[in-house]
Amino acid sequence: MRWLRKNLVGIWAVLVLIYLFIPIAVIMLLSFNNPKGKYNLSWNEFSLDAWTNICGVPGVCSSFVTSIEIGIVSTLIATLLGTMIAFALVRYRFRGRSTTNLLIFLPMATPEVVMGASLLALFLNLRFPLGQGTVIIAHIMFIISFVVVTVKARLQGMDPRLEEAARDLYADPRAVFRYVTFPLVLPGIMGAALLGFSLSFDDFIISFFNAGTLVTFPIYIWGAAQRGIPVQVNALATLVFLIALVIVLTGQFVSHRRRRALEKPAPITVDLMSRS
Amino acid sequence: MANNEARPVEDLHLRNLTKKFGDVAAVDDLTLTIPAGSFFALLGASGCGKTTTLRMVAGLEDPTSGTISIGDRDITGLRAFERPVNTVFQSYALFPHLDIFENVAFGLRRRGIKDVKSTVDQMLDLVELGPMARRKPTQLSGGQQQRVAVARALINRPDVLLLDEPLGALDLKLRRQMQIELKRIQTEVGTTFVHVTHDQEEAMTMADTVAVMNSGRIEQLGHPADIYELPRTVFVANFLGQSNLITGTRSANSGDDVLVQASGLTFAVPADRCFAEGSNIIVGVRPEKITILDEVDADRIPEHHNRLSGRVTDVSYTGVSTQYLVQTAWDQELIVFEQNVVVGDRSEVGDAVVIHWSPRHTFGLDGSGGTSVGMDPEVLALEAMNASLISDASEA
Repeated sequence: MRWLRKNLVGIWAVLVLIYLFIPIAVIMLLSFNNPKGKYNLSWNEFSLDAWTNICGVPGVCSSFVTSIEIGIVSTLIATLLGTMIAFALVRYRFRGRSTTNLLIFLPMATPEVVMGASLLALFLNLRFPLGQGTVIIAHIMFIISFVVVTVKARLQGMDPRLEEAARDLYADPRAVFRYVTFPLVLPGIMGAALLGFSLSFDDFIISFFNAGTLVTFPIYIWGAAQRGIPVQVNALATLVFLIALVIVLTGQFVSHRRRRALEKPAPITVDLMSRS
Repeated sequence: MANNEARPVEDLHLRNLTKKFGDVAAVDDLTLTIPAGSFFALLGASGCGKTTTLRMVAGLEDPTSGTISIGDRDITGLRAFERPVNTVFQSYALFPHLDIFENVAFGLRRRGIKDVKSTVDQMLDLVELGPMARRKPTQLSGGQQQRVAVARALINRPDVLLLDEPLGALDLKLRRQMQIELKRIQTEVGTTFVHVTHDQEEAMTMADTVAVMNSGRIEQLGHPADIYELPRTVFVANFLGQSNLITGTRSANSGDDVLVQASGLTFAVPADRCFAEGSNIIVGVRPEKITILDEVDADRIPEHHNRLSGRVTDVSYTGVSTQYLVQTAWDQELIVFEQNVVVGDRSEVGDAVVIHWSPRHTFGLDGSGGTSVGMDPEVLALEAMNASLISDASEA
């Protein structure tokens, strides 16, 4: 009883983690399955078919590549535009600034179904051909909001004296941006881009409305789910998860090393301040 | 230094410098010459315009009117990165993404100087941070960061080095050490240092010339000792050290002295130490200039000395000296410092005493503004609270 009370938090944490990771574990496990019928739902026998022939089912890989393309293009454009908006909002006082501040949040708050449907109506009215272009436009639209919010926070948290110090030290406006402002805001921009990419890659609802005949990875899975999802989808999903995991672990490792370096005792043992 | 070009150091001139924020003048028609190679302190409470003045010299703030020049060169129109002026910022503003070496090299690199290694190493040696070159600012202690900030500014060999409350973030002991350190560096490089601070002790220890600022103007300027010994305004008398100020009226002149009547007593103020124009004069004296005697010894007071009788209300022993509060007949409390030269001969609370001081240590100030100008608002609040407590107690 006493033991239980002492370890309750730990047990609880393990339970929550199990709850979170069971679906992922099931997907990974089933990527090594050789399903009996159409549906890859129950374990039959071990097989590496899906991994060795990962593009074996028509449409899987092409939709995967399409999603990656859309993710990269829309993230690049949205990050560029969003960063510039964030700078404008933080650095300049102009008419309509507070309105812009408010409007930028709207795409985050609007239900995706509503946004997808209204964008579709817009494109149809403009007789804009649906396809990769429309999906990219739609994705840029909602990623921008996240980029602006993230970069703005980073900019606002920056000590204005750092830029003044740079100006004082012979940096013209361009050099101030290049050597001080940009390097200091860069982590915020990178974080925003990563978030933007994952939002784009993951998006189904808005893409589905505006894709026309284009098939993105989430749309492919949705379509395949009606007939039975091929094992290759599990393999690709596992791959994405593993790549993300490697990225996170690398980040952790780097920051851990950096912290270790900080905590390392000084190489010189004489305290310079206490010299007489 | 190896790269020391023979460039003559020149005076910094501020002429009719004014900075308005809306209708409020933060700096009000300031005209000032800061001699080349001097250690100059701008001293004042927060909001007196000292930092604004500094930022205008640095080029980080545009003056509303007036000019700034170094020698004959007018630099008013130059932008911050074009001025031969560098700043040590409050809380240092070191670039967190660059290591110490690159922080110090920043100014040289921006001016397109290719080979910075030897210059930076030399500068790091001057501030004794050579072994820290490859660390990031966050890995350094406050005092070390402070010296990096000084090195980063000084390496550019500016005509003027500006220091904005450079020691404000350090604890007391470290601050004392850094004061000496900064003075050593200044003597070594010979650059003009303009130092902004609200700490009067810091200004007096470090600077050759102190300018006391109040609401955008300079109240008094001079060598620290001269300002302390002979304050010209009530503000300076209160802001720089402590003063006993007694309100009175001008009665007559006697020889070289101005005689001042206050509560039935007459005090002599040498005419050249009296800065009051009208008939209201405040008689001032520093606490350590006063001698305290038991009433029975009153005949030992030199004849021409200013004197008054009172009662001791408080005695604080501080080791080096003893601080007395003496209540006068008109219920004002005067502060007296007595060196603890003789042991065991102290007055006690309740003793009737006579205090006296030489007219040579007396100063006369313009009395139209009251005696509390320039006093720490917190001290004033405490005194008001004390007074109300005392009156409550006497009513009960």
